[in-house]
Amino acid sequence: MTGLTHRLAAWSARFNPLRQSAFEFLQSPFLKQLLHPAPEAAPVTLTQRRLYILPTRHGLIFALMLLVMLLGSINYANSMGFVLTFLLGSLAVVSILHTYRNLAQLTISAGKSAPVFVGQEARFHLSASNTGNIPRYAIGLRAGKDVAGFTDVAPNHAAALAFGLPAQRRGLLRAPSFNLFSTFPLGLFRTWTHLDLDINCLVYPRPAAEALPLPAFQAQTGQGSRHGAGQEDFSGLRTYRNGDSLRHVAWKAVAREQGMLTKQFDGATQQELWLDWDLLPGMDVETRLSRLTRWVLDADTAAQRYGLRLPGRVLSPASGAEHRRQCLETLALFGL
Amino acid sequence: MTKLAWLLASIALAIAPHLARMPLWVGPLCLALGLWRLAIERDNRPLPQKWLLLLLAGAATAGIASHYHTLFGRDAGVALLVVMSFLKLMELKALRDTMVVLFLGYFLVITGFLYSQTIPTALYLLLVVLINTATMIGYNDVNDGLSVRPRLRLAGILLAQAVPLMLLLFVLFPRVGPLWGLPKDAFSAVTGLSDSMSPGTISQLIRSDAIAFRVKFDGPPPHRNLRYWRGPVLWDYDNGTWSTRQPRDRAPAQLLPLDKALSYTVTLEPHNRRWLFALDLPETLPPGSRAGRDLTILAQAPVQQRLRYSLSSATRYRFDVDPDAGEMERALRLPARGNPQARELAGRWRSTLKNPRAVVAQALGMFRNEAFVYTLNPPLTGPQAVDDFLFATRRGFCEHYAGALVFLMRAAGVPARVVTGYQGGELNPLGDYMIVRQSDAHAWAEVWLEKEGWVRIDPTAAVSPNRIESGIAAALPGAELPPALLQLDAAWLRRARLSWDLLNNNWNQWVLGYDQQRQTRFLSRFNRALASWQGMALAMVTGIAALLLGIASWMLWHTPRRGKDPVHAAYEKFCARLARRGIARATNEGPADFAARATRMRPDLAQQIGFITQRYIELRYGRRHSTRLPELRRAVRRFRP
Repeated sequence: MTGLTHRLAAWSARFNPLRQSAFEFLQSPFLKQLLHPAPEAAPVTLTQRRLYILPTRHGLIFALMLLVMLLGSINYANSMGFVLTFLLGSLAVVSILHTYRNLAQLTISAGKSAPVFVGQEARFHLSASNTGNIPRYAIGLRAGKDVAGFTDVAPNHAAALAFGLPAQRRGLLRAPSFNLFSTFPLGLFRTWTHLDLDINCLVYPRPAAEALPLPAFQAQTGQGSRHGAGQEDFSGLRTYRNGDSLRHVAWKAVAREQGMLTKQFDGATQQELWLDWDLLPGMDVETRLSRLTRWVLDADTAAQRYGLRLPGRVLSPASGAEHRRQCLETLALFGL
Repeated sequence: MTKLAWLLASIALAIAPHLARMPLWVGPLCLALGLWRLAIERDNRPLPQKWLLLLLAGAATAGIASHYHTLFGRDAGVALLVVMSFLKLMELKALRDTMVVLFLGYFLVITGFLYSQTIPTALYLLLVVLINTATMIGYNDVNDGLSVRPRLRLAGILLAQAVPLMLLLFVLFPRVGPLWGLPKDAFSAVTGLSDSMSPGTISQLIRSDAIAFRVKFDGPPPHRNLRYWRGPVLWDYDNGTWSTRQPRDRAPAQLLPLDKALSYTVTLEPHNRRWLFALDLPETLPPGSRAGRDLTILAQAPVQQRLRYSLSSATRYRFDVDPDAGEMERALRLPARGNPQARELAGRWRSTLKNPRAVVAQALGMFRNEAFVYTLNPPLTGPQAVDDFLFATRRGFCEHYAGALVFLMRAAGVPARVVTGYQGGELNPLGDYMIVRQSDAHAWAEVWLEKEGWVRIDPTAAVSPNRIESGIAAALPGAELPPALLQLDAAWLRRARLSWDLLNNNWNQWVLGYDQQRQTRFLSRFNRALASWQGMALAMVTGIAALLLGIASWMLWHTPRRGKDPVHAAYEKFCARLARRGIARATNEGPADFAARATRMRPDLAQQIGFITQRYIELRYGRRHSTRLPELRRAVRRFRP
């Protein structure tokens, strides 16, 4: 019995080098590249190394029909039957070139993706630009199982393409790989390219569903005697700065064509709104981020100045779209 | 809506040539289905239920089955295809269904070729293919980027690029025989001589100007009065009808030619009968055929394809000088009763005249001298057909004269038989060949005379010498001529008709008649090795590769310049010239900003830059002025920073 085991072990040991090299092959950068290529930086030009072409299902049916036609022509010795069969066969073959050319040499570049909240759909924008002078028709984009849409690209123009993906987790969502394809003009062949571009969409945490009262104002720490930019008593006008609430724009001044001016108020109480991680004890991280996100949105809607305090990261109070964006981005990327 | 209209139009065009052959209800049914489909599309209503479509399909199938008594075979199959393609229109859900209908459109085109392969048919069906292809492009052009004209243009380009490949395949694809038996109705509705002759048979045939066969002589053609094209020989008379059994398998009787043989090639139109036609009388037989003692040449199978064969004939001969006794008996046989007057007349001749030659001369003299009329519209004869004709009506066509003569000869004890075939033929000087039409159909007699054998006697020549010398149109009074034969007068018309026939002949010979034999002969002209299977396969593969490479490079290099906007092109040139001097326009820089920057960097060019930019902006965004573009172009041409 042991003899047999030994012999088996010895026998299998003879294959060790082979196994070793097979393992090495599987680990080789070449195969890795082939199986899981790293996302590429856009823009990408569709050269012949990237384009594949195969008959569609319609193409196969067409081929079957041609076969029947050929057999019929042979059997009836019908010369015009031969002519038509060969003409249609040649038509299909020529259409390969046209289908291929429809996608070849397009340059695909990535556009900016607008940030979304968890639960919304992240939209990835692409642009296909046609530097040649042949118009391209019906270029399809397929992400996953669904065809996201078709576009035409005029010569020396670029066309926009987009596809969506439900955002399920906060953070940076990398676009999945996708296919660009075309069956134009006859639908008998499909040419396609598989692209895995380095496009990202920022996903903010899902805002907590229930409306939660904003936390109480806190007395300003530090130089408390300074004039706070409050909201109560009008104290003058200054030029509009990015981030100022639109509610405080002096629209009458705008109407008089004096430019955008912001009304300034003296705060009666020098208090500030802090959206603080520590105000939400006893919750897990995601729930806390979710609440904080809700607060940021609510505070922004109320056009209040607010600050965000997270472990290891503090954003001093401000207001406006840019501040809101910064806060949400910080929340989205917290701990990642 | 437009796409569907295109689809309907494609299918309608594809079935149009078929409708005349279909049961009467098919056309209206297709029309109704098409209109219904359009109404559904217009009102955005749902497509009909599946059960309704199945019901319709079942009813249509039953209708077709009851009309043709079968669902198989060519005619019923095509009828089914026509109806089903329209029913399929009622359930277009996905692109797949549409593509199936479009493929059916192509298939309907090829079935059209089973019925007709003439040049006009081919052109029409090519047009259908073009429109079908354009429709297919339309359905794959998801965003409707192409309007009607570019769509047709693209279809045309695709087809034009396919043509060289198609020609290559057509010439090189090895031709083989039929792979399996053809349905019975594959070849029907052909005109031609039949194996029996009764009054009216040939005068009916005369009305058709369809081509029976074409002949190309190796030397000069024989004189018109020698152009007797021998077809079936009829031996047996019964009740007004001459007919013949299939002859027993016997070698042809001995033929002694008295002049130099004429060699020629016949291209016979399919007539779905076995016999082949030859100039009276053939010395050699076409390969694969055989002939009985009476030299009726039979092919191995009914002629269902256009058939080409070469043979040679003698126009003067001694034929069957030592006859077969059984055959002589057959050549004298008459029914026991009937036509007593004719028998009596023949009996009188037999007793008063000393030899058969004199009997023949007597009969011909009677036709020539008495009041016999050669007419296409003879009065009907009763059961005693020969008596009625000879003694009462005296008006007849060649079958009357030939039949009556043979009856008289047999009754007078002279062996005789009826020969049917064609007489005459029109020489086409453009192509140096002869056209023999159904309107040249003819019947004559052969009598057997001592020492001379079978001798051709044509009673029609006695009644109407013009028929033999000048043809049927000259022999008949103008009012009697069927419309098909009236066209011979105007010289230019005649010339046009002959040119058209020459084109058709070449089409038949080279396109439709491109069979194994012709392929081998044609390919051997270039290279002996090319005519083999391997040679053809190799040539096909290399030829296709070379052609595709050519088309691909043409597509790559021949980039259409017309599409480029001339305004944009001129402005780009201007930008390129500035870029060469280090002032490159950024992609996000508008023309006005760029001009301002360029002027700052090169104040010396301010005027030119300003002018060009202004013209460009006007042309781009302003109203059109015809003079602006040349001005812009000129300015750019002169612009040398």
